[in-house]
Amino acid sequence: MSESLAITKFSDLANPTRFLALAARILPWMAAVTAILFAVGLYMSFSTEGDYQQGQTVKIMYIHVPAAWLSMMCYTVMALSAIGTLVWRHPLADVSHKAAAPLGAAFTLIALATGSLWGKPMWGTWWVWDARLTSVFILFLMYLGLIALNRAMDDPSRAARVSAILILVGFVNIPIMKFSVDWWNTLHQPASVIRMGGSTIDAEFLWPLLVMALAFTLLFFTLHVMAMRNEIWRRRVTAQRRMAARLAGRDNVR
Amino acid sequence: MTALLLRDLKLSVRAGGGALIGVLFFITVVAVIPFGVGPDLNLLSRIGPAIVWIGALLSSLLGLDRMFQTDREDGSLDLLLMQEHPLVLTVLVKCLAHWIGNGLPLVIASPLLGLFMNMNEVAIGATMLTLLVGTPALTFIGAVGAAVAVALPRGGLLVSILVLPLAVPVLIFGVGASYAAVEDPAPFMPPFLILVAITMFFAVLGPLGAALALRNAND
Repeated sequence: MSESLAITKFSDLANPTRFLALAARILPWMAAVTAILFAVGLYMSFSTEGDYQQGQTVKIMYIHVPAAWLSMMCYTVMALSAIGTLVWRHPLADVSHKAAAPLGAAFTLIALATGSLWGKPMWGTWWVWDARLTSVFILFLMYLGLIALNRAMDDPSRAARVSAILILVGFVNIPIMKFSVDWWNTLHQPASVIRMGGSTIDAEFLWPLLVMALAFTLLFFTLHVMAMRNEIWRRRVTAQRRMAARLAGRDNVR
Repeated sequence: MTALLLRDLKLSVRAGGGALIGVLFFITVVAVIPFGVGPDLNLLSRIGPAIVWIGALLSSLLGLDRMFQTDREDGSLDLLLMQEHPLVLTVLVKCLAHWIGNGLPLVIASPLLGLFMNMNEVAIGATMLTLLVGTPALTFIGAVGAAVAVALPRGGLLVSILVLPLAVPVLIFGVGASYAAVEDPAPFMPPFLILVAITMFFAVLGPLGAALALRNAND
């Protein structure tokens, strides 16, 4: 019973007007919670001690690690939306994965840039061709390719279906990326926060990191809902412009 | 299915097919490298397998946009979509024909380029073997890109951009296996078997994705 209720709720959202109403209701709350979490997280990250080896540069971690997590989570969200597009033909799913691609590219870029800034004092170089860095860079290129593909087609629903297929094929790379640091023993450290047998990171650093990760996740969802809303509005404007052009043409004929 | 295979093969070999242009491009790319890095034979023999692999990757991208585009232009793609055979099988056969026309010549040309690169016999053999196993994976991945871009007016460049990131694992393990055959401590079999696994994996995923994309792009 509860499952069918969830499905009804979910397919109710197929009506864009309902989605817009819901978005208008929850967006201020999401934005407020995100802002509070960021305030707390940033305060906590600035007030912690520096690492005894890395000094103050360890604070880059509070931006770098959440952004890197988000870059992969965003692709997962896109893959789920892609399944929604292909299996249920859910109209919002089209909008969702189209809106998520630029966000994913942005988070990946943040992760790459902060990682590069952190790598300079720690490893002595801006960039190494290590497994994790290379695979994240490839992820960035994939996001850009998907954006390019979406822009290359003028029919939005066909563009959505075709890019959904490509998203799903590209999803193969996500597990490779996640485990690249465990499989290839390279310069980037292996996963230390989420792993079997508990975290190896000290609680001093763990708490700010978790708060920042939560803040980044909420930031992503806030921006995602906003981008979806904008996309729906953009499509409505396009449709109305087309209609206006058609009507204007009819007037001229008369 | 056999008829389709033969038809595609004939189309790719005869005039305007562009299968041999791929080999020519391959040879040209590899020949340009010594101009860039200098004619140092020791250096060339060390980076030889990687150069041959990258050349093969680039030239296998070259013919991809023709895979479904020509069929769409003369209308035979609609016939392929309408027939009662499963579309996945049709796409698989088309991939095989495309590989025999475009991929196999690259494999055959690679020993010659290996000689140019001053690689020893083991390295040449290993590179040829990994290319033989790895290039079908490139074709299968490329089929998805080609099917996605079939409706685009200028799809050729976009196909390359979309396909290259997905082809990276093939390149990694292909080059890794070639090097492992030459250098003593690293075993040859593990990367080679992973390469085989990647090819078989994409042999399933590639035609499935391409068939799905063709159905969706063509309404």
